[in-house]
Amino acid sequence: MYKVLDKSIIGADEMVMNMGPQHPSTHGVLRLKIVTDGEIVSHIEPIIGYLHRCFEKHCENLSYEQIVPFTDRCDYLAAMHMAHGYSIAVEKLLGIEELPERVEYIRVILAEFQRIASHLIAVGVFGLDVGAITPFTWTLRDRERIIDLFESVTGSRLLYNYIWPGGLAHDLPPNFIQKANDFLNYFEPQIEEYNNLLTTNKIFIERSADIGVMPVDVAINYGVSGPTLRGSGVPFDLRKDEPYSIYQKFDFDVPVGEGLMGTVGDCWDRYYVKVLEMKESIKILKQALNSIPEGDVKAAIPKKIRPKKGEIYSRYETARGDLGLYIRSGGKNMPSRLKMRSPAYCNLSVLNEISAGWMISDVISVLGSLDIVLGEIDR
Amino acid sequence: MSENFLVKKYKEKVELLENNSILVDASDWKEISTFIFKSRFDYLMCITSYDLEQDNKIGLAYNFYSTKSKEYLEIRIEFEATTKVFSIAEIWRAADWHEREAYDLMGVIFEGHPDMKRILLPDDWDGHPLRKDWKEPEYYNGMPVPKDKTYWE
Amino acid sequence: MTSVVDSLLNLFSFTGLDNSILLILVLHIPALSIFLVMVVNATVAVYVERKVAAFMQDRLGPMEVGLFGFKGGKKFWGGIGQTIADAIKLLTKEDIVPDSADKKLMLLAPFIIFIGAFLTFIAVPFSQNLVVSDFNIGVFYIMAMSSVGVIGIIIAGWSSNNKWSLYGSMRAAAQIVSYEIPIGLSLLLAVLVVGSLNLGDIVQWQAENRWFIFHSPFTFIAFFIFFISVVAETNRTPFDIPEAESELVAGWMTEYSGFKWAIFFLSEYANMMIVSIVASVVFLGGWLSPFAIINVGIPNSWMIFDGPLIGIIWLMSKALFLIFVMMWFRWTFPRLRVDQLMYLCWKVFIPFCLANLFFVSIWELIGGLFFK
Repeated sequence: MYKVLDKSIIGADEMVMNMGPQHPSTHGVLRLKIVTDGEIVSHIEPIIGYLHRCFEKHCENLSYEQIVPFTDRCDYLAAMHMAHGYSIAVEKLLGIEELPERVEYIRVILAEFQRIASHLIAVGVFGLDVGAITPFTWTLRDRERIIDLFESVTGSRLLYNYIWPGGLAHDLPPNFIQKANDFLNYFEPQIEEYNNLLTTNKIFIERSADIGVMPVDVAINYGVSGPTLRGSGVPFDLRKDEPYSIYQKFDFDVPVGEGLMGTVGDCWDRYYVKVLEMKESIKILKQALNSIPEGDVKAAIPKKIRPKKGEIYSRYETARGDLGLYIRSGGKNMPSRLKMRSPAYCNLSVLNEISAGWMISDVISVLGSLDIVLGEIDR
Repeated sequence: MSENFLVKKYKEKVELLENNSILVDASDWKEISTFIFKSRFDYLMCITSYDLEQDNKIGLAYNFYSTKSKEYLEIRIEFEATTKVFSIAEIWRAADWHEREAYDLMGVIFEGHPDMKRILLPDDWDGHPLRKDWKEPEYYNGMPVPKDKTYWE
Repeated sequence: MTSVVDSLLNLFSFTGLDNSILLILVLHIPALSIFLVMVVNATVAVYVERKVAAFMQDRLGPMEVGLFGFKGGKKFWGGIGQTIADAIKLLTKEDIVPDSADKKLMLLAPFIIFIGAFLTFIAVPFSQNLVVSDFNIGVFYIMAMSSVGVIGIIIAGWSSNNKWSLYGSMRAAAQIVSYEIPIGLSLLLAVLVVGSLNLGDIVQWQAENRWFIFHSPFTFIAFFIFFISVVAETNRTPFDIPEAESELVAGWMTEYSGFKWAIFFLSEYANMMIVSIVASVVFLGGWLSPFAIINVGIPNSWMIFDGPLIGIIWLMSKALFLIFVMMWFRWTFPRLRVDQLMYLCWKVFIPFCLANLFFVSIWELIGGLFFK
């Protein structure tokens, strides 16, 4: 309605507002410089770097093993994914082809649990951004159970340092499979609860459908990935298209945005893709938990990581999208250059393109649906 | 292989490296990048800047992906640190922030970028920290940088 | 219906003082009582809101904070110490005034909002004969006084010299002024039928006939329009866009802290109380017992459930139920956007209100022709 805005009619002055770095809904320390005309936003400039911790500079001075805990701290809501992606990259660099079956199974199980946990936060926080507080507490309640599972496995609740290049830190605790199955039985009906509470709420649909529409060509040109890209209707998922680890063994679908409530690629689609992905993760988890083999998880861990000279670019599908790692080895036990292509970094760069022309409230909706983690953007 | 079409077209200008990446001269990059975009590589995944540690040379690695044909392509440019590189931010919008990051951390100067400024570091930062010859400064904004790091490491 | 002030004047007439001097002295009693009611209301409402939120959202916090080591745990009084801790925190917190703020106006704003709520209570009846002053224009007075607060909100937003505050206050002004219209039009139905602006007369009509919500299908709709509109007027979710936490930080209250903020809080909960009481009095039979819903076939002996003293319980239970529904809303719905809010008011509620007014007039006309 107000998307078409002829400024000559209004003739009002524009005002520059600073949203953040201290603001309740910028998901951390993001600063948005918003040029507004009344309630309508004409230009947004995201200003990042408030959480920059020199990850790439650190990597040049640390051995490959020592980098693992640092990757955890990049995307702290999906720490398992970052360590998994990094381990796969280092294994590629070392030329390790085959890992023990049990290692791959445990990695996939934990990665899918992590995906559910991360999407739970994304779904709840999106509700919080549009003003509904209850979904957030409900999703946190269920995420807490996943965190408990992780604690029983790794000993820590947020930053795990569990997946190492070539293997795992240690094996699963004895009753893990039972506890994981219990959780899945509890969690599956909960998704319907979220749908009843938030997804199909009329006000929620009003606030998210048809808002911040991201067309496919814009998404691809900006390098958007993950659920944000799939929300625009592109069925691209590395787990399906180029299966790493053992994802080719499992049967699951890649949900895409279909524009059920509005246009394809609106905030509601980006939100709903995450809800559907949780269901797909449950599918994978059930298959993996039923067929996990026995084995030694430390068998393939290399004694010393000292790759030959060369470069590698490795991709990994995290909860937020396509994690790329470009590692340049100089033949030492430390990488000579490690560049992380963080998915949320690319997803955030599209913000101005899709939310300029909307209202301040809509910018919040769009930002919430992009699901950013500042730790990963600033690194 | 996806690299062959480029080697075929620009025989003299490109050089095929051992892991199927293609080395391009900085002066040809404008022409070749437009050609790459028009062929099929619509998705720019990553731009990595790296320091070659010799002759004051730095390099850039561009990783492309084609969402249509599922192909990969890696382009490398290696050049003197003072050389201006053609900015592809207008072709792939994804390059906008990646190029700003390369400028910020490595000091690559891009020509024709719409908004060339620091992205991760503060505006008053001195130097480009990912260069191998970067030295920790004595002072930052008038504050002495602590030398004793016993309890930090 | 007599008012509290009249009763007090009668009570103290033995002193033989001049009536005007006595009035000034006597007025302090209801004034203090109103203030006490507001404070107690806010304290209890904060506690109840916390508990309602905890039950709906699986929050564990409101089971823990106890008094002198007495926690309460999962019992319904668990966490009762939080209210006291909150009050002490608010009163002892540093009162921050931004350097570039308009300091005099910033001090003035909370008191204007408070006075708006305070003055409204004068005409709000708590039961039969339990009203500070029995206006013959009670409905009109309540409407007028409850909209004084918006001046305070605009002043608060402007004087804070913060862009978020300014946005919040402009949104609040637009919202409150707009939603006055459906509220006024809905109350007008009662005035139209009863033929009086006096709240006592309106309840008397309901005692003789039936609850006003069941007067006709149109008043049934009108009640819901009225209730949703007052939720909007008191700036509560899903209409809390003036203080939208995730958008405007805290809206027009962003720069306030400590005692001044506590006064905003007090007024907000007082307004909730006022609108709930008005909704109960006008639509839900006020201090009448629920046996008078349709007033058919009730034995006269049941009328013992009605009376000034027991009436306060009936009225309060109705009002508290409405307050609970408001809290229920808050923990269920997302927030509307500012243009959707205006759409709801101007394009849905106001046409329906006007149609209601027309049809209720017809209803009364036809009823007058056939049933009398």
